[in-house]
Amino acid sequence: MSDTTQSGPVLAADGTPLKRSLARALRMQKLRALMLIAPLLLFILLTFILPIADMLFRSVENRIVSDTLPKTVVALQEWDANSGEAPGEDVYAALAADLIVAVEAKTHTRLGTRLNYEMTGISSLFRKSGRKVKRWDLAEDAPFKEKFIDIDKDWADPEVWRTIQTYSPKYTNGYFLNSIDMQKGADGAEARPENQQIYITLFQRTMFMSLVITASCIVLAYPIAWILANLPARSANLLMILVLLPFWTSLLVRTSAWKVMLQQQGVINDVLVWLGLVADDARLVMINNQFGTIVAMTHILLPFMILPMYSVMQTINPSYLRAAKSLGATNWTAFWRVYFPQSVPGIGAGSILVFILAIGYYITPEIVGGTKGVFISNRIAYHISSSLNWGLAAALGAILLVVVLLLYWAYDKIVGIDNVKLG
Amino acid sequence: MADASNSDAFVEFERVQKSYDGETLVVKDLNLVMPKGEFLTMLGPSGSGKTTCLMMLAGFETATHGDIRLGGVSINNIPPHKRGIGMVFQNYALFPHMTIAENLSFPLEVRKMGKSEREEKVKRALDMVEMGAFGGRRPSQLSGGQQQRVALARALVFEPELVLMDEPLGALDKQLREKMQFEITDLAHRLGITVVYVTHDQTEALTMSDRVAVFNDGRIQQLAPPDLLYEEPENSFVAQFIGENNTLEGTVKEIKDGLALVQLDDGELIDCKPVNVSQPGERTRVSIRPERVEYNKERLQEGAHTLKAEVLEFIYMGDIFRTRLRVAGNDEFIIKTRNAPDQVRLKPGQQIEIGWLPEDCRALDA
Amino acid sequence: MKLTKLTALAASTALCAPMAFAEMADEMTIVSWGGAYSNSQLKAYHEPYSEKTGVKIINDESSAEAVAKLRAMNEAGNVTWDVVDVVAADAMRLCDEGLALEIDADTQLAPAPDGTPASEDFGELLVSDCFIPQIVYSTTFGYRTDMVGDTPPDDICDVFDLETYPGKRALEKRPINNMEWALLCDGVAKEDVYDVLETEEGQEQALAKLDTIKDSVIWWSAGADTPQLLADGEVVMGSTYNGRLFSVIEEQKQPVGMLWDAQVFDLDGWIIPAGLSPERQARALDYIMFATDTQRLADQAKFISYGPARASSAPLVGQHAELGIDMAPHMPTDPNNAKNTFLYNYEFWADYRDDIDAKFQAWLAK
Repeated sequence: MSDTTQSGPVLAADGTPLKRSLARALRMQKLRALMLIAPLLLFILLTFILPIADMLFRSVENRIVSDTLPKTVVALQEWDANSGEAPGEDVYAALAADLIVAVEAKTHTRLGTRLNYEMTGISSLFRKSGRKVKRWDLAEDAPFKEKFIDIDKDWADPEVWRTIQTYSPKYTNGYFLNSIDMQKGADGAEARPENQQIYITLFQRTMFMSLVITASCIVLAYPIAWILANLPARSANLLMILVLLPFWTSLLVRTSAWKVMLQQQGVINDVLVWLGLVADDARLVMINNQFGTIVAMTHILLPFMILPMYSVMQTINPSYLRAAKSLGATNWTAFWRVYFPQSVPGIGAGSILVFILAIGYYITPEIVGGTKGVFISNRIAYHISSSLNWGLAAALGAILLVVVLLLYWAYDKIVGIDNVKLG
Repeated sequence: MADASNSDAFVEFERVQKSYDGETLVVKDLNLVMPKGEFLTMLGPSGSGKTTCLMMLAGFETATHGDIRLGGVSINNIPPHKRGIGMVFQNYALFPHMTIAENLSFPLEVRKMGKSEREEKVKRALDMVEMGAFGGRRPSQLSGGQQQRVALARALVFEPELVLMDEPLGALDKQLREKMQFEITDLAHRLGITVVYVTHDQTEALTMSDRVAVFNDGRIQQLAPPDLLYEEPENSFVAQFIGENNTLEGTVKEIKDGLALVQLDDGELIDCKPVNVSQPGERTRVSIRPERVEYNKERLQEGAHTLKAEVLEFIYMGDIFRTRLRVAGNDEFIIKTRNAPDQVRLKPGQQIEIGWLPEDCRALDA
Repeated sequence: MKLTKLTALAASTALCAPMAFAEMADEMTIVSWGGAYSNSQLKAYHEPYSEKTGVKIINDESSAEAVAKLRAMNEAGNVTWDVVDVVAADAMRLCDEGLALEIDADTQLAPAPDGTPASEDFGELLVSDCFIPQIVYSTTFGYRTDMVGDTPPDDICDVFDLETYPGKRALEKRPINNMEWALLCDGVAKEDVYDVLETEEGQEQALAKLDTIKDSVIWWSAGADTPQLLADGEVVMGSTYNGRLFSVIEEQKQPVGMLWDAQVFDLDGWIIPAGLSPERQARALDYIMFATDTQRLADQAKFISYGPARASSAPLVGQHAELGIDMAPHMPTDPNNAKNTFLYNYEFWADYRDDIDAKFQAWLAK
């Protein structure tokens, strides 16, 4: 439509500008299409996008301090944390005023729990103080500094005040620092004491174990997928049912079954002892360690590797192998140079599936992982359900998410995501 | 039958049988001798055993019984990759993850050939099929005809003496197919290679081959050069399968002086050349090619038998006219006439008389 | 072996739907731990209460995740639980977070039959304003009687004695209890344990002591693990809840003995979620009044070997409802068992839990 320049807009039959009536017709079409996908869109938004957004938000959100102690936070701005001395009376007065309100709303203990993540002992400090402050009167009981220190001498400790000051902004990177074994110290970020460093180790271990699990899935799944793809349909269906069978059993049952198989008084050890391959007093330790986790998780995730491999292999015409052989290739060369490269997309798809699933597993490592076989997800689960440190859990989860996205990006760069096929 | 000492024999099948299930034979007692440099086509309907024969020769199937020899040596126990036979597959089977040049280089690499030699041979092979500019492309970026040429070049690049082709032109459109038919035969003759070519397309078989083996029901029905096959089919299957054919059924009355007198089922008598009938009283199928039927009396030989016919349909096909007649109770009797200026165009309902030379009319098995 | 967890999982899914309607009908959702423990509550509390009032009680077995779930429900503004069974430490945290209702013991709980007010009857077990104690249980050790030779362990420090009692031990995968036991066996006096544990050095001392047996420890996280490990002979001794050991010894007749030394008392009881509608809150309070009176608490001990939380219930503890054995000697509070005991220090662990847990997990991962 190049004619809008001089002669004015082209008109439709009813006199409205053609562009407008076209836009209206298209809008109707788009709306109708949108209506069709609306349920799915809504579902994804509610169950996927929003929770992730919420998680990312929680990992930096820290409004509880300024909400609970608004006056104290303002009063504390002037105080120099490195002075080595507790703040002056004005701060204590502000704290008293804040606490009286907070105790009424019962939010002071919640704040105590929050700050206790950063400094041990603040939880009981707030709980204890709350009981006393409840009976105070702002006008009559001033000054408050001595009174607070009477309740607990920790109120004279500059470290307590430094913690409150450090965490007074509405948003904090504290959870993320914690996630990478660091903390907010007197002079900005610093490494945590060595005896508290765990998350980097766990991230590394999670990556390493997931890679090993993915690799062992590849090794085990490849021949099975190959047989599946080359069997006549009827036998292939039967074998496929066997492959899918584990899906019909609960994850817990399968994991527990591995426990029965692998433990020292378990089936495998019993057989080995009976065969005389292993002495009765030197039974193999195959569970509650990395080995157990790898075995159990490989078993659980194997179908996720077999299925994409199978569907890709099904599309590889057997005449390629014949062609290669007719061209003079031995069976091995024909496989390695011709068949294998064509099955790589299936391996790629299976590996991405298995790796991403493995990275987020926690039930199986919890049951069979012992101390060396646990994943970062176990810590996330602990912070969600036991320590209630959801901010830290969110930060760990966010890092895991970023790591997965990074790996995906790297995979795309190195292998190319077009080289991933599900069939 | 030929034996191993036959100096002319390059490919030999001797009493070869093949069964997949142990109950039925797909290939029954196959005997075939091929000299070096021959272009032989195995032609037949699907399920006739021709592809199985090719696969046995390539080594992808093993013969249940019998001996297959190549250059006088039995190859029954030689794995396919050691047979040194080039092969072109129906779907080309170009390796999709390799470029065209890599595809061609593959057979040379597995033969541990040096890099420079490889490159030179690949280039020569690609030039030979006029695909020199496409070495860096992937198979999926080529058209069907181009892929076909590459597949051909790949089967030839390691200079095999024997090349097998399994319906290689099946996926191409008509024009391209005709062009490729010519190119393949030309190439084969230029290089002096021996070719076994499998197809179910009789035109392809007739135009390309030195000899054609017509397969049916696990047996070779006739092995002959194309012209003989067309003009002198040895049985009614071959007559029916190769080219267009009119069939009239009847009974042999007498055989005399190399001519058989056949009484058709509606009582009329005609003269035929007896091919595989031997005595009076035998049932027979009489075969006449549509282009050998004549209705212009002036062109008919004197004393020739004529039959009454009614024109049912006239079809104008450009270069020829195709006319459907009712002859001796057969509604599907076809005649073909050249579109010449003086040619009469028949009209449906017209009553005519038709005739032919006795030697063009062959009395075959019923 | 994982049956409780499995049923818990199944039940929680199955209960999701009916929970939404809890508001309307005359029914309430009570959350507990599942297994034998839920069963004892069903027999001692739920059934008599339903009979008395007609209120239908729905059992949810989510106590293990109660704190997290209550917090999530509270954030979503839709609390579907009416009464929740939690350990005292969780009750304190729920109270701190404002997720549980504060209870006035003397007005909202039944007095003892002799008129003693509830606050005195429960005494110092009322560790939190929101917590209504129900039972006293202990975490203690069981050992395989057939694997310890002629001198069964009778001292907590036998756990750390690998020479006399070789083999694996099962310990809970958390610092609580393990740190105390380690210090006790490293020469720290019982009354000094928490003072020592407050310091960095004390924590390191405890971990160093645990280091001496670290290679022989299987760490458990579910209460059912140790009984199963003992029954399978995977461990020679292991810590778990005394009720679990009772069931292994008396109900399953496994060769397991109890090491009561330095058992750690802990409390389990009810909380009422904050933010219920007035009607539901009133009904929950009514249930609590009924279910924690002297007779009901004593009744529960007929089904499980945990001590009632009221002083006035102790004399009423009778025989096991099915096995017919006297329950008193199996109570952790029985004088013979309670010669050397510990009480879970709630204040201490509320403060130090996060810090020490981080160190403990880092130590475990090393």
